[in-house]
Amino acid sequence: MNLTFSQKEKLKNILFQVCVGLFCLVMLYPLLWMVSGSLKSSGNALSATLLPDAFRFQNYLEGWKGFGGVSFATFFRNSLFISGSATIGQIVLAAFSAFGFTRTRFIGQKFWFAIMIATVLVPMQILRIPQYIMFNNWGWVGSYLPVILPQMLPVPFFTFLMVQFIRGIPSELDEAAEIDGCSKFGTFFKIILPNLKPVLVTAGIFRFYWSWNDFMTPLLYLQNVTKYPVSIALKMFSDPNAVTNWGAMFAMTFLSILPTMIIFIFFQRYLIDGVSFSGLKG
Amino acid sequence: MNNKFEALDTVRSLDKGMDRKKWLKKNLVGYAFILPWLIGFLAFIAYPLLSSLYYSLTEYNIVGDPSWVGLKNYINIFTDDSKFWLSLKVTFYYVIFAVPLRLISALGLALLFRKARPFTNFYRAAYYVPSILGGSVAISVVWRQLFSSQGAFNDLLVALGIMQNRISWIGHPNYAIWTLIILAAWQFGSPMIIFLAGLKQIPKGLYEAAEIDGAGKIQQFFKVTLPLLTPVLFFNLIMQMVKMFMVFTQAYVITQGGPLNRTLMYAVYLFREGISFGHLGYGSALAWIILVLLTIVTVIIFKTSNKWVYYQSEGE
Repeated sequence: MNLTFSQKEKLKNILFQVCVGLFCLVMLYPLLWMVSGSLKSSGNALSATLLPDAFRFQNYLEGWKGFGGVSFATFFRNSLFISGSATIGQIVLAAFSAFGFTRTRFIGQKFWFAIMIATVLVPMQILRIPQYIMFNNWGWVGSYLPVILPQMLPVPFFTFLMVQFIRGIPSELDEAAEIDGCSKFGTFFKIILPNLKPVLVTAGIFRFYWSWNDFMTPLLYLQNVTKYPVSIALKMFSDPNAVTNWGAMFAMTFLSILPTMIIFIFFQRYLIDGVSFSGLKG
Repeated sequence: MNNKFEALDTVRSLDKGMDRKKWLKKNLVGYAFILPWLIGFLAFIAYPLLSSLYYSLTEYNIVGDPSWVGLKNYINIFTDDSKFWLSLKVTFYYVIFAVPLRLISALGLALLFRKARPFTNFYRAAYYVPSILGGSVAISVVWRQLFSSQGAFNDLLVALGIMQNRISWIGHPNYAIWTLIILAAWQFGSPMIIFLAGLKQIPKGLYEAAEIDGAGKIQQFFKVTLPLLTPVLFFNLIMQMVKMFMVFTQAYVITQGGPLNRTLMYAVYLFREGISFGHLGYGSALAWIILVLLTIVTVIIFKTSNKWVYYQSEGE
């Protein structure tokens, strides 16, 4: 059978759609299964079928009640507070230090920059025990401080990303501003910061994700149920020995990833650009 | 280059007799900008890192003060701690399977998405989703149920007639770790995006040239694509390896290190020993051992990299 070039292309396209589409379904199955499980009646919630036997939105109401008299409203508020502050702190600190590393000159600049990059190789888990001892001595255990403050410390990659970005902004702009009487701080806020927006968004989203999903730090430092973020609450709520209502468990699991998904849908370009950049310039 | 200019710059400004005050101010402004980072770095990274080296040489339990014991913790770990060896074995097993599986899936899909076809953007995003959920508790919770004895995976196997009896995959000493490895392989999104970006950088002309020379698609992959992609592959390898060596949440939530400690990842063991049991000194020693080990593995990969990573000459 002789196919013309365009027919061949068409055939290839169909083959691609079928294979990639089917595999996509397999990939997304665990997530779809979770969503469908959140609607199934309790006895049926773990069955493999993706079509729920019922649409029990009640599962959500039941799950939302939480446990120990604390509802998921509290857990979500806590998570928002933790992730929100960590994100804002991170963005501000990363932008400040990136500006310091590019647009000012001071003794030891290269050295500190190298140190900053080198911290990428220190796995955070290594620091847990000494940090715990330190925060314990400071009397911080039980509060949000040890959870939030270390997360404000910019991830080296973001500072690096911003450094690269600032280098791309023509320095004539700075000079013009300085002639107009802008101080370094003025230049930073009026010239550089507005231009940094795309990188700030990328860094912000990733920080938000990591803080939102962070499990180990709150596990270590928070002792009071009313302070728990969603990640810890979900772990408790889903304890296999305690769960009786699987539908409600899936409902809360789904709600816990909803913020992540919504941000992804709106900002995926920023995420994908950020990740691509890390591989090419990192 | 920049270094030289900077040095020149400094020297020149000093020569010109630039006001000491001005020079001081310049430095202060610079430090003012990096100060928040510097404080954070010293307080949350540098000091803990150094103090943990000290703690690792002490016996220190959560109540009481550290008392100097020299290398005792290290000697005990190496000679008298079967769980340490087990957790190392488990972690290496996990890394050795999970990293290549993730990277191969990532590369395979990236190759498929290279050419723009209808819906490619949608697929690319969909395949990336598992990755953004990363180490979230939510995914671990779903995974635990998926592979539990009542879970959907058993449903499927029974329906296909592969198995008659349901088993708990996460409770089985031999299979439990594989539920974690599959989870790791499932989350190949970010290396995939990085591979895609790398593929886009390969000049089209090279393929045309290869085709003229009579190279088939497979040959083109091995002679053009793969060599030019090795820098990106190298980056992905290092990043994913470091990440997976320290995997915590998944193992902690899905299997709790069990059954029979067969999924006792190093980070889980470290947490259990150092924090849950409150053996702060012993735990610090465990932390330093994995840090050194990770560094050694990274250095080995770096050293071998000039044998297999292909860098295009910098000049145009």
